[in-house]
Amino acid sequence: QQQHEDLSAKKLRLTKPSKSAALHVDLCKATSPADALQYLLQFARKPVEVESVEGVVRILLEHYYKENDASVRLKIASLLGLLSKTAGFSPDCIVDDAINTLQNEKSHQVLAQLLDTLLVIGTKLTENPSVRMRLVEVACKHLTDSSHGVRNKCLQLIGCLGPVEKGVVKEVESQAAKDVQKIIGDHFNDQDPRVRTAAIKAMLQLHERGLKLQQAIYSQACKLLADDYEQVRSAAVQLIWVLSQLYPESIVPIPSSNEEIRLVDDAFGKICHMVSDGSWVVRVQAAKLLGSMQQVSSHFLEQTLDKKLMSDLRRKRTAHERAKELYSSGEFSSGRKWGDDAPKEEIDTGAVNLIESGACGAFVHGLEDEMYEVRIAAVEALCMLAQSSPSFAEKCLDFLVDMFNDEIEEVRLQSIHTMRKISNNITLREDQLDTVLAVLEDSSRDIREALHELLCCTNVSTKEGIHLALVELLKNLTKYPTDRESIWKCLKFLGSRHPTLVLPLVPELLSTHPFFDTPEPDMDDPAYIAVLVLIFNAAKSCPTMPALFSDHTFRHYAYLRDSLSHLVPPLRLPGRKLVSSPVSPSITPHEDPSQQFLHQSLERVYNLQHLDPQGIQELLEFTIRDLQRLGELQSELAGMADFTATYLQCQLLLTKALQEKLWNVAAPLYLKQNALASAAAKQILEETYKMEFMYSGVESRQVVIIHHMRLQAKALQLIVTARTTRGVEPLFGMCEKFLQEVDSFQRCFISELPHMQGSFVDKLLDLMPRLVTSKPSEVVKILQTTLRQSTFLHLPLPEQLHRATANIIEPTGESDNPLRFTSGLVVALDVDATLEHVQDPQGTVKVQVLYPDGQAQLIHPKPADFRNPAPGRHRLITQVYLSHTAWTEPCQIEVRLLLAYNSNRSKAAAKIPKSTWSESLEALPQSENGIEGTIPFSKAVKVYIMPKPARR
Amino acid sequence: MPEIKVTPLGAGQDVGRSCVLVSIAGKNVMLDCGMHMGYNDDRRFPDFSYITQNGRLTDFLDCVIISHFHLDHCGALPYFSEMVGYDGPIYMTHPTKAICPILLEDYRKITVDKKGETNFFTSQMIKDCMKKVVAVHLHQTVQVDEELEIKAYYAGHVLGAAMFQIKVGCESVVYTGDYNMTPDRHLGAAWIDKCRPDLLITESTYATTIRDSKRCRERDFLKKVHETVERGGKVLIPVFALGRAQELCILLETFWERMNLKAPIYFSTGLTEKANHYYKLFITWTNQKIRKTFVQRNMFEFKHIKAFDRAFADNPGPMVVFATPGMLHAGQSLQIFRKWAGNEKNMVIMPGYCVQGTVGHKILSGQRKLEMEGRQILEVKMQVEYMSFSAHADAKGIMQLIRQAEPRNVLLVHGEAKKMEFLKQKIEQEFHVNCFMPANGETTTIFTNPSIPVDISLGLLKRETAIGLLPDAKKPKLMHGTLIMKDNSFRLVSPEQALKELGLAEHQLRFTCRVHIQDPRKEHETVLRVYNHLKGILKDYSVQHLPDGSITVESILIQATAHSEDQGTKVLLVSWTYQDEELGSYLTALLKKGLPQSAS
Repeated sequence: QQQHEDLSAKKLRLTKPSKSAALHVDLCKATSPADALQYLLQFARKPVEVESVEGVVRILLEHYYKENDASVRLKIASLLGLLSKTAGFSPDCIVDDAINTLQNEKSHQVLAQLLDTLLVIGTKLTENPSVRMRLVEVACKHLTDSSHGVRNKCLQLIGCLGPVEKGVVKEVESQAAKDVQKIIGDHFNDQDPRVRTAAIKAMLQLHERGLKLQQAIYSQACKLLADDYEQVRSAAVQLIWVLSQLYPESIVPIPSSNEEIRLVDDAFGKICHMVSDGSWVVRVQAAKLLGSMQQVSSHFLEQTLDKKLMSDLRRKRTAHERAKELYSSGEFSSGRKWGDDAPKEEIDTGAVNLIESGACGAFVHGLEDEMYEVRIAAVEALCMLAQSSPSFAEKCLDFLVDMFNDEIEEVRLQSIHTMRKISNNITLREDQLDTVLAVLEDSSRDIREALHELLCCTNVSTKEGIHLALVELLKNLTKYPTDRESIWKCLKFLGSRHPTLVLPLVPELLSTHPFFDTPEPDMDDPAYIAVLVLIFNAAKSCPTMPALFSDHTFRHYAYLRDSLSHLVPPLRLPGRKLVSSPVSPSITPHEDPSQQFLHQSLERVYNLQHLDPQGIQELLEFTIRDLQRLGELQSELAGMADFTATYLQCQLLLTKALQEKLWNVAAPLYLKQNALASAAAKQILEETYKMEFMYSGVESRQVVIIHHMRLQAKALQLIVTARTTRGVEPLFGMCEKFLQEVDSFQRCFISELPHMQGSFVDKLLDLMPRLVTSKPSEVVKILQTTLRQSTFLHLPLPEQLHRATANIIEPTGESDNPLRFTSGLVVALDVDATLEHVQDPQGTVKVQVLYPDGQAQLIHPKPADFRNPAPGRHRLITQVYLSHTAWTEPCQIEVRLLLAYNSNRSKAAAKIPKSTWSESLEALPQSENGIEGTIPFSKAVKVYIMPKPARR
Repeated sequence: MPEIKVTPLGAGQDVGRSCVLVSIAGKNVMLDCGMHMGYNDDRRFPDFSYITQNGRLTDFLDCVIISHFHLDHCGALPYFSEMVGYDGPIYMTHPTKAICPILLEDYRKITVDKKGETNFFTSQMIKDCMKKVVAVHLHQTVQVDEELEIKAYYAGHVLGAAMFQIKVGCESVVYTGDYNMTPDRHLGAAWIDKCRPDLLITESTYATTIRDSKRCRERDFLKKVHETVERGGKVLIPVFALGRAQELCILLETFWERMNLKAPIYFSTGLTEKANHYYKLFITWTNQKIRKTFVQRNMFEFKHIKAFDRAFADNPGPMVVFATPGMLHAGQSLQIFRKWAGNEKNMVIMPGYCVQGTVGHKILSGQRKLEMEGRQILEVKMQVEYMSFSAHADAKGIMQLIRQAEPRNVLLVHGEAKKMEFLKQKIEQEFHVNCFMPANGETTTIFTNPSIPVDISLGLLKRETAIGLLPDAKKPKLMHGTLIMKDNSFRLVSPEQALKELGLAEHQLRFTCRVHIQDPRKEHETVLRVYNHLKGILKDYSVQHLPDGSITVESILIQATAHSEDQGTKVLLVSWTYQDEELGSYLTALLKKGLPQSAS
């Protein structure tokens, strides 16, 4: 058996139809259904080339008709589906056969599988309406089947393929011309819950494909909300939501009364009702959808937060209302009396509606739910609704603040983030601030930092509030000294947002006294620095404040302005004009000239066609140096400057390599020089990968140029190899590969080609017919001349360009105490790093550990280890497990972050299927540090470790 | 008509001594067997003589179900089983079975040892009683006997609290016991599926209250404790040993953990420690958070909460102490209170309701000078706080449960009559179901309309579903078959099979009818006209013109002959079998109207 397989595998590559032949032989050999099933299973493990798919399908169909065993037919049916998925294969030719198989099939399971296959075929042929119509017709015919599986698949098929445009329906007069929506709608009352679910899903599918659902479905969907099965209810909630988005303004009657309300309000009430459903899956679904119903009227919206409390039939105020009242009456929370919350007025028993009150208290329930998934969903929904309605934001504040005390950390974190997002709309009352600040003592770092972020953008109403916040933050600082940076930053924003509230606090904060000199505080005390950060930032927009400073404050200002320039703004201080005036006015208009400078220097470079090679090199070198310096000076332009500098660097290397003497010498003897040229080619390749993957904001225009540069580097590589190796054999392969690459380049970037007049690729494509037919040596010659003659492409700059950077905060690499552990066991190393401008860090960022013996370890952090504190910024907090055999003395290991890239975008089409067919992997990009497809983007941090031998 | 009878022996329009008798389809079940806190005489236990005057209770009851371990739901159990005499099965959940004897023993001790009562059950009786208990799991269907089955649902009131579904055949009753629809720090919310019982017996303690969110209360509580501790004060929290105490412990424990607080928390020893042990064991009965994190750490393995020693009360510095009993009327909590009352930095937090006359009630109502035993006057300077942590469903919660279970009738127990009245009215108005609220000893009868299951042969079912349009779950469907009632079972079979089984020969019943039509044309032309006419009208049926000159509509035969006397009149002979009665009579009616004249 084993041998046989090997044989067929080998044959595959040589002659194509053999695949189907082998299968045919196998299937004919099969004596029992179990055997046949085995063969099919083995067959399914290997992919089939596009060309032989049809043949295989025919063989399979042939066996299908012969086969008596349902399980084998089932497998064949599923294989048909798999095969039609093959990329590049167009299944029109097998549509008829596939439909025919349905005719005599008795087994429900096989029928369902066949319909599934048809669905696959149909989705591949979406642009063929007649096939689609036929398939839908087939599906409609089988809708009466007694098995739920078959009906399920039929509905799915109708949902995916049913006609969406009205016009098509009229053209094709057949059974399927009936309204698809009606057909699906009829199955909303099917006896099987799975079919009901499928029907609703199919309806949703139609909606997604662009069909406008009829409003008549709404009442049907409402009935489904009371279904016994949770999947049905869950899907129905979605359907109701869709309809409420489609017909928000239509009017629907309220049953059992003759009033009418807007549909969106009605739907909102119904979905709110589902927030107290029995199944938590439905509750999550409902809570999530509530967030996106922004058209709902504010009257309904505000009800969701009001549970209408009562006690012994008397109306009671909520704790929130009481707190508010206490606050407005000027008295601070007493709440200490028994019966303080004693209910007041009597309620009319008839007016109390216990359950049909629709939206009433939906969020109160959602936020109190047993499952944290529901609570999170409710918080998210609150966030979305509050963002669109300021008055609602004000109202939901109390509830969000309450969530800060949830038992699950994720929920707390989520509610803090939510609060931050809506903070523009709100001002915190003092009692609310009190609760918020209480969370500063939380032992979780994430929570505290999220809270700092929140405080950065909070509006506080009174000076007591500011004072309270400061006091609490200082308390936090003493309890958790590691929060220093984050607290300072928080105070910076707090100060600059509330200058007028800080002003009256200044004397107290600086403990100045009108008559007595107070001792000068310790300059290195983080708490004192924190206070100063608050005051200086407030002073920026409050010119009267510096008058309150004492002498040492000014000195401290000068010191802090220098050492913590990112936290302390430039101030206009009396008597310090000389120092401050050149700094402050120059800060704003500075951006323009530097941008200008950047563009000018680039202009200069792009016009350098006519200079002599020496001049070009020099100019490039100067420009690169300028750009690099500019990047250091102007952080906003750093990405842009680095990007262009890298590009110019590539160009410089290319020019240099082409200037080599080596090209003038015929024989491949100059090993030293060609080492330089090939090194240049290698470096260019590496730099192009960096350019493509390390910057966020790169657009397709830039990608073309980068790829073009890469192509040039590859050409260079080819030429160098041709020069240095004897014999033609290896060149054949390389040439072919290169031509393939040119070809794929042309295919990928066909639209951009017109912009590339006179470039390397442009010329190359003109010569393509000649290249394909000529010998390798000739190809090399042509390449060499084209490479020399080609012009330098202008690199257009995108609007925004940021370089991905990473900074490892922990481990600091300063510790002299080695981390001791027993060899053979593992030790966990905490890694804490901030990442800037990394897209999709979960997929790309890796941690590399280099041991002194050269052994390297690559760790892929869990997705949950990444946090996203602000747009464009990520934080990686993870644990890296280290292990090694015993050492005699402690040694340092290196930890760094790598950015992994997948060259999918550039060459996936050609490479990836090949590698699965186990062809050579030699041509994959290689970078210097030996790890394929990764770019180091942080400084390496050294950690001292010491694996001890295990004690016996 | 089948009926369900319900008689509350206790808890009818009242709180305490829960005991409800249910007779359903010939089975008698007793739900809960509690004592009343308010009485010390015979009234403290339900009047079991109602069930039978003489003779063993075992003969009259099929089983007893205990919903949870609170004494007002299980306090009379040893008396009932050992002193009155009952040997049948008693069902309760595992945690209830574990904790219940502790509480009963405690109750016995207080009554016998402290109050010196005689003629009370003994420790041995408690043990014997517990031997009769059968423990059940959540959602486990237990067959009490061949017909009676019970099933437990999560109730969330205290650890192990359950709601029970009692089912006989198609009739069912759900008894909720006490339940809570809002989750708290250590328990989840009550949950029931759409079981559509004939009767839902629900508690209604908070029938007229809609409560504020739990979070405000929790936050207030934590804030007060935190502030006092930061000030260096001592906090006393008088609690009853089980239930709320654990919730508050978890609350404080997690808060201490989160905020990194160092002040010690103590828990008075004894009963509670034993109970905590059970809480640790029955993790599956707690809420999501505790269940998910117990792998790392069991939440009931308190890190910050330590056992209390008498001597600790005099230690300097801040501390939090949980002490029993909850109403400050005696014991450790009162001792500590006397020690700490003089200092205004200290605080006492009452987490529950206090009975009139206790110290707890006095201080809550604002009394600042207390007269203690021995004419001492104790001046209370410490702060006094009240925090309600109750684990009963509020009005909204009750309505929510009713909505989830969709019962056909509702019966309210365990609440005050006046409040029940309001809830009853609401339930009737919003769910359109009957609602009852019997007093103790009053019997409520509920008529049910149970569906009767009938076995149908597969062949018949398939044949009948194949005819006609799609089967529809919600609508009744008409079926033709023969019902055989034999040996107390019902079977629906096809007529042929029924005949075969009964050994009868089949007789065919045929209706024939003559219809006179005025038509001067020839016979076969008339036939043709009739054929075309019918075909035009009966589009959905197969109408055929047979070569011998007759027409068939499905299986109905139509033949035409000329009238023997009048050639202008044709006689149509319509003949159909009994099964086709509907179509046949329709056809005759149609033909009697005559043929359309316009037909050419």
